[in-house]
Order: sequence, then structure tokens, then C-alpha cells
Amino acid sequence: MKSLIIQYLITGLTIGSIYAMVGLGFTIIYNSTGIINLAQGEFVMFGGLLMVFLTATLKIPVVYSFFITLVLVTAIGVIFERCFINPSRHSPLITLLIITVAVSIFFRGIAMFIWGKEPYSLPPFTSGKPVMIFGAAVLPQIFWVLGLSLLSVILMNLFFNHTITGKAMLACAANRLAASLVGIKVSRMILLSFALSAALGAIAGMTITPITLMEYDRGPLLALKGFCAAVLGGLGSGTGAVIAGFIIGIIESMSAGFISSGFKDAIALVILILVLFIKPSGIFGSEAVGKLKKV
Amino acid sequence: MGKRNYIKLIWLSVIVLLAPLLIKGDYYLSVLVFMGINSLVVMGLSLLMGYAGQISLGHAAFYGIGAYATGILTTQYHFSIYSAFLIGIVLSVIVAVIIGIPALRLKGHYLAVATLGIGEIVFIIFNELMELTGGPSGLSNIPIFHIGAFQFNTSFRMYYLVWPVVILVLWFSLNIIHSRVGRALRAMHGSEVAANAMGVNLSSLKIHIFVLSAIYASIAGSLYAHFVSFIAPSNFGLMVSILFLMMGVIGGIQNIWGSIVGAVLLTALPECLRVFQKYDILVYGAILLAILLFMPEGILEGVPRLIKKATSRRKD
Repeated sequence: MKSLIIQYLITGLTIGSIYAMVGLGFTIIYNSTGIINLAQGEFVMFGGLLMVFLTATLKIPVVYSFFITLVLVTAIGVIFERCFINPSRHSPLITLLIITVAVSIFFRGIAMFIWGKEPYSLPPFTSGKPVMIFGAAVLPQIFWVLGLSLLSVILMNLFFNHTITGKAMLACAANRLAASLVGIKVSRMILLSFALSAALGAIAGMTITPITLMEYDRGPLLALKGFCAAVLGGLGSGTGAVIAGFIIGIIESMSAGFISSGFKDAIALVILILVLFIKPSGIFGSEAVGKLKKV
Repeated sequence: MGKRNYIKLIWLSVIVLLAPLLIKGDYYLSVLVFMGINSLVVMGLSLLMGYAGQISLGHAAFYGIGAYATGILTTQYHFSIYSAFLIGIVLSVIVAVIIGIPALRLKGHYLAVATLGIGEIVFIIFNELMELTGGPSGLSNIPIFHIGAFQFNTSFRMYYLVWPVVILVLWFSLNIIHSRVGRALRAMHGSEVAANAMGVNLSSLKIHIFVLSAIYASIAGSLYAHFVSFIAPSNFGLMVSILFLMMGVIGGIQNIWGSIVGAVLLTALPECLRVFQKYDILVYGAILLAILLFMPEGILEGVPRLIKKATSRRKD
């Protein structure tokens, strides 16, 4: 029983770290633009599929492939912002939201054009036997997933709190007009936010593909879960989104294991809705902000 | 509701009446029926987005509740179609109230999140309650819509059932927009604070509009179920909700007429893209993006603007 719980916990942490990265990506874009980017899951999909293409088809070593994929997906994020978001920055938010949906459909179309509909697998980054922890078998790849996602979360934190550019982005999140008045180039910060969240998505996609495979239409489901994490964390708080992502992952794997695998997503969503109604500011949002949101 | 809208309604009725004379063949007529059914859902969404300023990411749930309520009640419990229709509407209203009241008391994107959640939950329930819904393989043998002994068993007949309903709902919505409630809605859209100061109860108004849009979706879902006589969860997933939203935005949400334009165009588009076979999704995405980039206000207002711009440039 105890080893079973630990097994589910590890599965939950693994999948949760992906939700956390997608959720953090949502938060970064939401903070700088107010847009809910529903094409967030497509970054993960591109990360996974490009990695497969580079390592399996072009036979480039994993380390180089990792960085090439990172650069390529970040470039996709940059092109996305410059071609579709920047030209329509004066449109209402609902239109921008729909634009991100249209982009996600377009991206899926491109992926299907290149890779077709079948799922692709990727060998783990390092070979090796599963490690036993308290009677639960842990694949070596899980350490990569957890390690790289923790590393990127820490790097993001350092970036936002200890560099001038990061602080400028936070200033944009707080008040775009005020930020532009003190000389921050808001449009460049928005571009950077898309680049960062694409990079996060790419890392999530590359690390998770050896465990869960990857196909062209994986994006929407990941976006949904990541969005839940961002909201549960209090939309706007990066740390909140990361912790909420882990919580959603663990709830999911626990309810899949002990209650029903069919209803696992429903259970996580019911909890999300309940939390929202009881504490609208999210688990980690401040009480004062929550009060401001009451009509 | 103004003379101009009456004239437009009469024009629409004439077009609806005469369209089957030009468009023949069961397949094409069935596409027209789907256009009508989608228009019903999108009109509700348009009221919600354009006037109440709220987004619903889960309207396929209400569409599905309508479809499954009538489907299950008529096939397994031998209810009459009318009472099944009503029960579907009541169920949708209950769900809408349960999530609408807490979500619409808050500012911001809460309705979007709550509807996204409820949409997925309803989708999962359709998939998992095998005994009732038939699970992922769906529910079949739903009786065709009939009034007395008259069966609406061809697309031609169904067309003349669905589109009059669309015109009726449109007429009803136009009346709402041009009534006291509609003026309150427009005031709220202009400035929530100002409307509130003038005595408009914001959250109750938003909840009413949300419930109304859920009723429209439920009616559309029931009509859908009794038209195709087979429903599966995949007809009511997240992508369907987003498609409805897209229809609204592409048509233009500032004006309820835009929802009909959007529903008609986006229902026809995938049928036209069949020629691209497996690349249809790529072309589809590209067309949507082009419309959104060049006409962010929607086709209904964007096309006249672009034409005006083009003609004035030629004069210079």
C-alpha cells in the first residue's frame, strides 16, 4: 500500500511538473499582456516532435538536439508574437484569445503536415534501470523531467527577481502604462514573454516525450491542465502556478489510482471550480486581491 | 426594436424561405440545417460576449446537455419529445445557475475558467456513464423530430423546422437588446461603474444573460439530437465550445446579426475545404487567422470597412 502511494505520488509529480511548466508559461504571457494564450500546449508539442526529428531522423546527439530544439521553439514563439499578436494589439481581449486558438489550430496543421497523425517515441536521455525508492520503481527519465523543470523554475525566479530585464517585465505586469513612462519598451517585454514561455514549453515537451510519447494534437489537453494550474495558483503568480501544477498532477494520479481513471480529470476540475468559488484569488493569491475582485 | 431590424428580419425570412429552391440535394440541405443549429448557440454566446462582456469556454456542455437529455429520455424512458426538450432546458438552466452565480459575482475571467471546467466535466460524464449515455461509442436510434404523425425525416423538412426557430430566437433576442434590459446591458458594456451607479444590478444581469445563452444552446442541442438521431461525446468537447466562440468572433460580436454570419460561414468552411484532404486543418487555421488579423471586428463590420477603404483609395 505504502509503495503504491509513493508510486502514484511520483507519477503525479512527473506529470505535475509538465503542468507546472505550462502553467508558468501561461502566467508569464498573462502578466505581460492579459492574454490567455491557448496555443501554449503547441509549444510543448513542437518541443517533443522537433526533438524526435533531430535525434531520430537527423541522428544529432541528445545534448545538441536539446539546445537546437530550445532555440527553434523559442523562435516559433517569437514569430507567433510578431506575426499575430503584435499586429492586433489594439483588438479586444476576446479577439486576441480567439487569435491564439486560431494559431493553435494552424500550428497543429503544420505539425500534422510534417509528422502525420501517429504518436512518436523518443529514447530516454540516459539509459539505465529503474531506481527503487521506498518500493516504488522510478524511471531515470523522471529525474530528468523533475530536475530540468525545477532548474527552469529556479532560473525563471532568479531572472524575474534579480535582473533588470526581469524586473522590467514585472513592472509591465503591474502597470503597462507606468512601465512605458519610466522608459521600459513594453512591446519588447511582450515579445520576451512569448519567447520565455515558448522555451518553457519546449523543455516540458522534450523531457516528457520519452515517457508519454508525443503526437500533433496533444496541445489542447496540456493547455487545459496548464491553464487550470495558472488559475489555481491565482493567475499572475508564477510560484503559485508551479505549485498548483504539481498539486493537480498529484490529485490526478491519486484519483486515477484509487477512484477511477475515467473520472481523474473531472475530480481535478471539480476541485479547481470549488477552490475558485471559495477563494477566488486562487490558493496562493493574496486575500486583498481576492476582495478587490468582488463586484 | 426599430424599423431597420424588422426590415432585415423580413429579408432573412425571405432568403430562408427561398434558399432550398436554389440549394438542392439532401447533403447540402443538411449543411444548411447545421448552420441553423449552430446559429442558435452562437446567438446566445454573442449576447454573452458582446453585451455582457463575458466569455464562455464551455457552451458545448449546454448543447450536449440538451442533446443527451432528449436523447436519453426519448430512447430509454419513452418521454415525448416536447417534455424531453423542456427537461433538457431545465437541466441546462440548473447547471448554468450553479456555475453562473458564483462565477459572475467576480470580476475578470472567472466565467471563462468555470465554464471551461464544467465543459470538460460534462464531457467526461458523457463518456463515463456508459449505461445512460452509451459511453464513447455514443447513443443511437434517437427518434426523428415529429409533430403528431408528421415526421421531420428529411433535411428539407428539418430545414423548415430549424430556420423558423432561428428567426424566432433572433426576433426574441433583438427585442431583448432593444428593451430596458438591453439598454442596461449596453450601459454595462460601456462602463460597469457608471451602469452600477445608475442602479443596474450587474451580476444579476450577467447571470440572466448567461442562463439565456444556456437555454439557446440546449434547444440547439435537442434539435441536433433529433435531426441526426445519433450523438457521441466527441460532438460536445472543448473544441466544439471553442468553435462556437470562433463563429461568434469571426461574425462579429458587437452585433447579433454577426453570429448568424459567423455560424453560416464556419459551418460551410470545413465542407469547402474537403478538397485539401489531410491538409484541411492547416488551410482552415490559416483562413481563420487571416480573417482575425484583417477584420478583428468580425466579417459583418469588417468587410464593409475594407470595401470602403479600397474604394476611397481608388478615388484619390
